Amino acid sequence: MRKPIGRMRKPIGTVIADCIIVFFMLIIIIVMIYPIWNTLAVSLNEARDSIKGSIYLFPREFSLFNYQSIFKTDKIFKALLVSVARTVITVFLNVFCSALLAYILSRKDFVFRKFLTTFMVLTMYLNAGLIPQFALYRNLGLYNNFLVYIVPSLVGAFNVIVIRTYINTLPVSLSESAKIDGASELKVFFRIVLPMCMPVLATVALWVAVGAWNDWFTSFIFAPKQELSTMQYEMMKILSSSMQSGVRQPDYLAGQSGALRSMVTPNSLRAAMTIVATLPILVVYPFLQKYFVTVNIGSVKE
Amino acid sequence: MNAIRINRGGFLKRVRSQKELVLLSVPFFIYFLIFSYAPLWGLTMAFQNYKPQLAFAEQQWVGLQHFKDLFSDEKFMRVLGNTIGMSLINLILSFVSAIAFALFLNELKSRRFKRFTQTISYMPHFLSWIIVCGLVANILSMDSGILNEILMKLGLIQDKVHFLGDPKYFWWIVGLSNVWKSMGWNSIIYLAAITSIDPALYDAASIDGCGRFKRMWHVTLPGIKSTIIILLIMNAGWILNAGFEVQYILGSSGLVLDVSETIDIFVLKSLGKAGGFSVGTAAGLFKTLVSVVILTMCNFIAGKLGEEKLI
Repeated sequence: MRKPIGRMRKPIGTVIADCIIVFFMLIIIIVMIYPIWNTLAVSLNEARDSIKGSIYLFPREFSLFNYQSIFKTDKIFKALLVSVARTVITVFLNVFCSALLAYILSRKDFVFRKFLTTFMVLTMYLNAGLIPQFALYRNLGLYNNFLVYIVPSLVGAFNVIVIRTYINTLPVSLSESAKIDGASELKVFFRIVLPMCMPVLATVALWVAVGAWNDWFTSFIFAPKQELSTMQYEMMKILSSSMQSGVRQPDYLAGQSGALRSMVTPNSLRAAMTIVATLPILVVYPFLQKYFVTVNIGSVKE
Repeated sequence: MNAIRINRGGFLKRVRSQKELVLLSVPFFIYFLIFSYAPLWGLTMAFQNYKPQLAFAEQQWVGLQHFKDLFSDEKFMRVLGNTIGMSLINLILSFVSAIAFALFLNELKSRRFKRFTQTISYMPHFLSWIIVCGLVANILSMDSGILNEILMKLGLIQDKVHFLGDPKYFWWIVGLSNVWKSMGWNSIIYLAAITSIDPALYDAASIDGCGRFKRMWHVTLPGIKSTIIILLIMNAGWILNAGFEVQYILGSSGLVLDVSETIDIFVLKSLGKAGGFSVGTAAGLFKTLVSVVILTMCNFIAGKLGEEKLI
């Protein structure tokens, strides 16, 4: 649209405007990256040396001790296991259930289509609040139970809508001819619809995975016992103990020898833990970015 | 529509012929019933002196007593004020930053640089609040925090500031953390709206002598006006949802409780108190009702202004 002036000499005002905009963007990029970079540097610096401050870009006294002390207790491995288990299971079940429901609701001739769609969409707006939810989970025996990570997030109304919108764009002729050949609904779903939906399922799977991996609230409220702790919840515990003013000894290392405890500070431990919890997302993000960002704004509307 | 018009026999016949689909959908129906609709029944707790050990019929009903108590409770009023204050700051900061960011992104000439900036700026959206709070705490910390050092070097402050321990900074720290986390992500929707603006408008503006910034102001911004209004309406309904995670974690030092506690934290804390279930439910219900009322009002106003209605 600005081609006509593209080959001519640019007016000086345009050049200045360009510079201002690029400069502004560079600042934003720095602001986005630097906190993570600085935390990384602090986490790799010797803890007692960090107290002196002035660590900007690189560690001054390189040390992996902060990380070693995190992995010294087996708490973190258990938490990692729980985190991975809940994320993997939730992703598979949620994507499968959401896709199945999406298929059912995509069938234009289905008798209860309208009713079930409304019934589902309403769940996005109805919210009884934390306490009734807590009472329900306790009555269902989900409190302090691994299943509390899985069962309440089996189906997501929003995911169903996104998948259904995708299914609606697929050619119906394939599933129709399969049905004429006598294939059952489930067979059509598994053999024809599911394989064709892979792109949208990948996107939804990533949303669900990030949500499950990042969630600490469920552990905090519904599964506070140590065996069910997740990475994010461990991180949260370290974080809030480091925020307590006056506490110089990290609680996290309670039970460890005094010598070990005196070599780490809450701040360094917090920095190392932040990096450990961030890393999986940072590693995955660049490769899967295009799936992450496939937000189809129109998909919400029918 | 057809289902209504055809007679009962036809309806049953259809159900029978779609037996498989119907059977498959039953578990989903039950699932939503249990996990989304059953908790609504729990809202009755707000009107009772709920005691977990009693059956429903034995609960003592108190009408609106808990709501009256809430509004005469000084602590709840303070919590309400905190919630609204932080919400407004979040709302304004996140709108202005996301819109400005989208406008500037749109002006970038190099596609590659634009893509790169987008990739970087969307990234914080995928980090959990825990991580973001960890980063914030690291940057603002007293003994090794980078912000204190920079401000000292620049001579703006004499002594190190305990940012997270001083009530007067707290709301702004929460607001700016929000901007950091969600500015890029929120800009996506505006960028999408910008692409639908007619390019001829830009050419016309150029011919009329508009520079870059004037075009952004007079063409791009009006072009995304309706998107902005719709999003404002959607977000205005969340005025009592100032969030919970940031305030809870960054406020866990206990030094800033007076300004950090939101309604959600109030509800959470009532979980642990004897007899707190009813009060907490009442506070939660109040929050939901306010959201619904504001949403309806904004929707009505948007209709009056000639904008597309949300609902």
